[in-house]
Formats: sequence, C-alpha cells, structure tokens
Amino acid sequence: MTVDSIRKGLLAKEFSAREIAEKALAHGEAKNAETNAFLTFSPERALAAADAVDKKIAAGERIGPLAGVPVAIKDVIVTRGLRTTCASRMLETYVPPYDATVVARIEQAGGVIIGKTNCDEFAMGSSNENSAFGPVRNPVALDRVAGGSSGGSAAAIAQGTVPLALGSDTGGSVRQPASFCGIVGVTPTYGRVSRYGLTAFASSLDHVGPFAGNVKDAAALLTVIAGHDERDATSAFAPVPDYSAVLDGNVRGMKIGLPREYFESLESETGELIRRAVDVLKSRGCEIREIHLPHTKYAIAAYYIIATAEASSNLARYDGVRYTKRAQAETLSDMYRRTRGEGFGAECKRRIMLGTYVLSAGYYDAYYLKAQKVRTLIARDYSEAFQQVDAIAAPVSPFPAFKLGEKVDDPLAMYLSDIFTITGSLAGIPCMSVPCGLTTAGLPVGLQILTRHFDETAMFRVAHAYEAASN
Amino acid sequence: MKLTEKDVRQVADLANLALTEEEVARMQHDLDEILTHIDTLKELDTEKIEPMSQVLFEAGETATLREDRERPPIGTQAALANAPLSGAGYFKVPKVIER
Repeated sequence: MTVDSIRKGLLAKEFSAREIAEKALAHGEAKNAETNAFLTFSPERALAAADAVDKKIAAGERIGPLAGVPVAIKDVIVTRGLRTTCASRMLETYVPPYDATVVARIEQAGGVIIGKTNCDEFAMGSSNENSAFGPVRNPVALDRVAGGSSGGSAAAIAQGTVPLALGSDTGGSVRQPASFCGIVGVTPTYGRVSRYGLTAFASSLDHVGPFAGNVKDAAALLTVIAGHDERDATSAFAPVPDYSAVLDGNVRGMKIGLPREYFESLESETGELIRRAVDVLKSRGCEIREIHLPHTKYAIAAYYIIATAEASSNLARYDGVRYTKRAQAETLSDMYRRTRGEGFGAECKRRIMLGTYVLSAGYYDAYYLKAQKVRTLIARDYSEAFQQVDAIAAPVSPFPAFKLGEKVDDPLAMYLSDIFTITGSLAGIPCMSVPCGLTTAGLPVGLQILTRHFDETAMFRVAHAYEAASN
Repeated sequence: MKLTEKDVRQVADLANLALTEEEVARMQHDLDEILTHIDTLKELDTEKIEPMSQVLFEAGETATLREDRERPPIGTQAALANAPLSGAGYFKVPKVIER
C-alpha cells in the first residue's frame, strides 16, 4: 500500500483507518519472529490515532496528508509514554515524558504510529548487529543483515508491514539499510528536520530521515516533518516546498556528476548496476559528467574522530542517575563506572573510548581539530562539484547486504564500508538511496543521489525520474 | 602499538567506564587499528584551513533565538519518573560527602 492508495481507499470508504492499523499491527507481530524489525508495538496509540481519522472521515472533515498511514519509528526517537530503548540495555525500561517533534508532526498529519523499530545500539553500527535485543534479519534474505543503524525501519517497509518509517542518519544509517532492503531512504539537508527528541549521538552530524516504499511517499513524509522548530536551534528557517508536488518525471538537461573516486573500489556487480542506472538517467535527457571529490579517502578517518568525540560527550548523560538503569555500588564514582560498564554494548564502549581518547589532553589539535579541518576540505569538494553539476549519482555501499556475523569481528572493516555515505554526511548535503536493481543472487542495490544544501527538490526529481523510467 | 594497556585504562577512567580485563585487551587492539587508519590524515596539510565545526546555513545572527516567554515545565513527577532512585522530589545517589 502507498500513501495515495490508503487515502483514496479511506475517502471511498473501501476500508477504515482502524482496519489498516489492525492489519499492520498483526502483520508486524507475525513477521517479528522472522526479522526482529520491531522492539515495541503500540496498539493502543495506533488504534486511537486510526479512530480519530475514521471519525473525521465520518464527519466529512478534512484529513491530514498522512491520514491513516501506518508508520514505524526508529527506537532512538522518543515517544511520550511509549518505551524508547535506543536498542540498549541502558534504556531497556525508559519511558519518555515527551514526543519528538517529528513524531508529533506525523500524528498531527494523521499518521498512525504502530511501533518502535530495532536498530544498532544508540544508532552506532552499519549492520544492526549491535542491538542489545538481537540483530534485524533482512526480509529479502533472512541470513543477511538488514543494514544499519536503522535496520528495523528499513525491514518494516521491505517486509510489507508499513508504507512509511523514520530512521536517523549520522554517517549513512538511513541510506545504507534502505539500499540493503531495496527501499527508498532519505537523509535531508542538515537542519532541514527538527531533532528535538532524537537521542543525540553526534550532534554535528545527526539527521532524522524518512524511509518509504517509493520516492513519492518519501517526499510526502519529508514534507510533513521538515521545517523550523523553535525547540531545535539547529533547525533551519528555509521554507518547505511540497516535495511530492514537483515530481513530474522531467529531468531533461539536468547535469549529473559521477565521482571518479567512488568507482575505484566498488564490487563489480554493484558498479555495473549503478552504471546502468546512470544510463537510464542519460536516456531521460540528463547530461552525465565525471567529477572529482579528491578528499574522499580521508572521510572515514575524519568521521570516526568527529562522530566518536561528540558521542563520548553525548553519552556521558547515561550515568545511573536519571535514566532507569543503575548498577549497585558504594560510591558515586563506582556507580557511574559500573552502570556504564554494564549498560553499554561493545560498539558503544569502543566509540566512547575512541572519542574520549581523541579529546583527551594533548590530543585535541592532532585529532579533533585536524578532523574538523579535513571536514572543511570534504565539504569544499562538494561545493566545487556543484558548480559543474546539479546532482551527483553514486553507489550507497561498496557491496550488497552481507551475511549475519560476517564482519562483526572486524570493526575497522565495518567502518570502512561506510565510505560512500559518510562524505555526504560530513558535508551536510541532502542525499538519498533509491533501489536500482538486484544482483544475480537477488540482493538489492541502491543508487545514491546527492544535491546542494536545501535542494531536496532536485534530489527527489532525479530519484523519481529514475524510478519511473526503470519500472 | 600506538597505545598501551595503561593508556586504555586511563581513557576508560576518563570516560567513567568499567571495563573487564578481556575488554581492555580487545579495546587496545581495536583502538590501535582504528588510530593507525586515522593517521592517514597526517598526509594532508591543513595549516591554512578553517575547521568546520557545524553545518551552517544562512540566517540572521539572532534568528535562532526564540521569544523569551513562559511555558509550562515538564514537572517534577514526570522528570523523576525514570529515575532509578528518587525521593522528596530529587534524584538520589550514593553519599558523596561524609558528615
């Protein structure tokens, strides 16, 4: 089902919002034994929201743009009265006292939140294997990862439970699972969407981003959640267009850049699918140009300094005083240390340690400041490229979904696989993944489209034109 | 090795993180590998480059300041609802200062 088909069916009284919500809840619960996509279901909240939509329809009132659409929310986004764990033992029983702005906006638009999705602990990971509550299995191939960190949200759509979901993206956590599961995932411009109520991981890099089964639905969800929020000082004032209204399929004359550096280290089948997708855009009238992003190879190093430094600071709040979990100890400092030692999983500890190290006395200039300067160079690569082209086409991941357990013992190899998503995150530009076919083994591959700051419109146009032409 | 076992323990101390012996050894190996990769940044001359600490967008200097008006607070009860231990409207922690 799509946002449009639900709306039409509701208005034609073919079904009720309650029926849709009940179906989604039952579907999600049944599938969970297979994929583990959800950590918590919210039947009461969902049915209350659905009933409110049905009441409006019965009364002949106007319904919101997402009326009756089931939505899944990544469990790092807080929901009032609904357990929010960040997939961590640390917050296993945490029940937030307020709603994130994005959650409130979805419900105001008539969306029906059916549950909270599994993810890597505190959004740290690229395979969803770092969840304290077990990995998510890819609905396309159950022996493979769904991608991370927003694996549960991607899987919830790919398995057919919901048409829409929210994830969070710090270095690729929306785009990569979207690519692995064969759906659409969007990382908007930094500042485009409020982060009030998004559990902070790396504040200069964190985004909330939509997942959907198709480009138009993703555009509809972004239209609802985007825009300034007085509760988030980093949210931008730029006006929000109706992103789904600009999708007319016309991309004639648009200049698309192919970064030479991105095609050097690509698994061959993925590279072939990306090249074929670019040919499709060419046949739709796009002009294809080779571009250079010369600082690409430094992105991972810069990212893992900046992201871990900010994470070590953001995660300091989980100290046993305020957030549910506390280890027994005689002294205050022992209580801090033991609570954190017991509450955090291996990847969170690794990142807290690395972040603390790079910020510690004597190392700040050599690591954090250096990384911020390299970030300037990477952002500059993009702004120079965007003087020549309107959009960039690239792979999302060097390879399709890998087997569960395959990379879990090699954190550096896992980090290095984020190379194509991390560069866009560092620059803060909008980027998205749109499905561009299957490998011979039947695994989905995503095409990444990146555009200038706040030019989500161009990004959606290219993605939509590709989607329409390839269907 | 870029960092010793002692370094690892020191950093864990700074981070208020209790690590098991096994974790210390694993951490030393993993951090070493990552820091070695991070060393590639040394190839770049960044002497004259400004650091990018935030993604900036165009806005007036005071655009992010909202009007200073009263809003209902979350309330003590809701704020303490997730506390592992509370009492008399406060978070309770093990005794810090001996009387």
